[in-house]
Amino acid sequence: MVTRISASKASGIFNRGGLAAAAFAALGLSVSAAQAQETVKIGLIVPMTGQQASTGKQIVSAVKLYMLQKGETVAGKKIELIVKDDGAIPDNTKRIAQELIVNDKVNVIAGFGITPTALAAAPLATQAKVPEVVMAAGTSIITERSPYIVRTSFTLPQSSTIIADWALKNGIKKVVALVSDYAPGHDALNSFKATLTAGGGQLVEEIKVPLANPDFAPFLQRAKDAAPDALFIFVPSGQGGTLMKQFAERGLDKSNIKVIGPGDLTDDDLLPNMGDAALGIVTAHLYSANHPSAMNKAYVAAFQKAYDFRPNFMSVGGYDGMHLIYEALKKTGGKADGDSLIAAMKGLKWESPRGPISIDPETRDIVQNIYIRKVEKVNGQLFNVEFATFEAVKDPGKAKK
Amino acid sequence: MTILTVLFDGIAAGMLLFVLASGLAVTLGLMNFVNLAHGAFAMAGGYICVVVVNRWGMPFLAALPVAFLFSAMIGALMERTLYCHLYGRSHLDQVLFTVGLVFMSITGVDYVMGSSQVFIDIPKYLQGQIEVFGLGMSRYRLLIILLCSLITVAVQLILTKTRFGSRLRASVDDTRVASGLGINVNTVFALTFAFGSGLAGLGGALGAEILGLDPTFPLKFLIYIMIVVTVGGTSSITGPFLASLLLGIGDVAGKYYVPKFGAFAIYAMMIVILIWRPHGLFSRAVSK
Repeated sequence: MVTRISASKASGIFNRGGLAAAAFAALGLSVSAAQAQETVKIGLIVPMTGQQASTGKQIVSAVKLYMLQKGETVAGKKIELIVKDDGAIPDNTKRIAQELIVNDKVNVIAGFGITPTALAAAPLATQAKVPEVVMAAGTSIITERSPYIVRTSFTLPQSSTIIADWALKNGIKKVVALVSDYAPGHDALNSFKATLTAGGGQLVEEIKVPLANPDFAPFLQRAKDAAPDALFIFVPSGQGGTLMKQFAERGLDKSNIKVIGPGDLTDDDLLPNMGDAALGIVTAHLYSANHPSAMNKAYVAAFQKAYDFRPNFMSVGGYDGMHLIYEALKKTGGKADGDSLIAAMKGLKWESPRGPISIDPETRDIVQNIYIRKVEKVNGQLFNVEFATFEAVKDPGKAKK
Repeated sequence: MTILTVLFDGIAAGMLLFVLASGLAVTLGLMNFVNLAHGAFAMAGGYICVVVVNRWGMPFLAALPVAFLFSAMIGALMERTLYCHLYGRSHLDQVLFTVGLVFMSITGVDYVMGSSQVFIDIPKYLQGQIEVFGLGMSRYRLLIILLCSLITVAVQLILTKTRFGSRLRASVDDTRVASGLGINVNTVFALTFAFGSGLAGLGGALGAEILGLDPTFPLKFLIYIMIVVTVGGTSSITGPFLASLLLGIGDVAGKYYVPKFGAFAIYAMMIVILIWRPHGLFSRAVSK
């Protein structure tokens, strides 16, 4: 637990207003010198508008929940959060990151809803020696783009490789893949394919669907005609609902074709509205709101009480990202320069609502359990129910090198 | 059999495109007004349908007329308060104004309804497929085809056979003479605009199941709607109708047979048709 110290009490009164000026004035009253070092600023850059807005909403909610639970002071430092919306447009991200680093003098930049935005900020993190905590984006290469990048979300190959493993063990040999035609889709497809074919399975068809695709009908018909054992699906969260509806519409739910994929397809944010067409989908993923640990039950209850919607895997990325920053600050004794923080973050281990996780000291990427889950009805609501665990999975995208 | 399934899906996609686009064909073609916010009315219809079906428990089929009326009412209101000032302005002004409306509608809906995708609870009897002579047809798409055919016939009859239709055509051809003859041009335009918006709303409600509904809907489908109107030409309602069918079938077939280039099929068709007939497939080729 975080211990509060007296320096922050005076400023605590002004917190709610969020006025920087008031906070500074309050600090001035209680602390004699070196006020500037007493705050650690975190610039949270997430998409709050546009198609990826739900990612931003989940992350900001989780980060604020963490600060509410653990207090706003750590290792004698007051934590100040600055939330910025980049609309998931890389140019915006770069501009905002620069402003945050140069004008606001933030100690950490965090967030990053999609891969291109995480990459856009990478050169700035390197140049300014500011840690970049990636809380959502999932392409494997991200952490290689700067020695200051640490990831608390996941990598797509983690889930895609594991689901291929599981498929092979369960007699699925002939698979059709349907993925969105963009970097994470290719990432998911390639790692799935590599594991599947190495294990003797067969990818009979690769269907790449345009990202802005209104109607999946022709692609699903093509998948149906190939009559595979399973259909591997990766689409950005948000399109999963439409896809599964059309899957059922085409009568595919009554065929023997199983649906498998990384867990983005059955995102907890959307699953409650996906309807019974989603029942029985098997996915591999890092987090389910139904994860049966005491910590997760408390997390979900607190989250739903505060925000009235279900936390998803993006939210734990944000929650754990915040935990990582807090713990690193404790370890450095409040030293908030980039090099000390990154050094402290490497190798950290803790229990998250998703289960035990750690930061790989070599790649600065996340090591976590990947769970195999099946969509079932729990108390009348659709949930991903975990039934098998692959423990401490490193990013297979990097393990190969 | 596959080719018939592809054809069926294509016709359904085309019909849906037509209902979404026909309102724009009317305002653009008959009233010569560029309304890029057309998709926003479709979105309004979709969301009102979500509210009345999911939250108030109204049957889906009963909610479709509600979607029509709701969008038509918004359309009438906007026409009287905002759009009417822009009839005389240049097309660029109209484009800028309506694009502004699009963005306002996106953020507005995002604020009220949230940014994630929503679905309408479709009744059981509309889900799944029925087999006719071994051909698997989706019930929902069948409904779309039936409803849209009826709408097309109705719109065509109203435009060509009724007194209102002739008044509208007269008002469009020469506003001054029409009003000189005692036609209340303003009312005619307002009604037409409302009707077009209503059709968009109906399209939005019908399309939510297939296209997905989220606040970015007006932007996502603007391009498809514009393609239908430009390819079909704006002089009649049959033009956009045939263009929708052609593009719908072309799009689905392209995606099925050559998935790698499938997404491009619809644009390729547009380019070829517009080179061949710059005013669209069915135009009177008069320059205004």
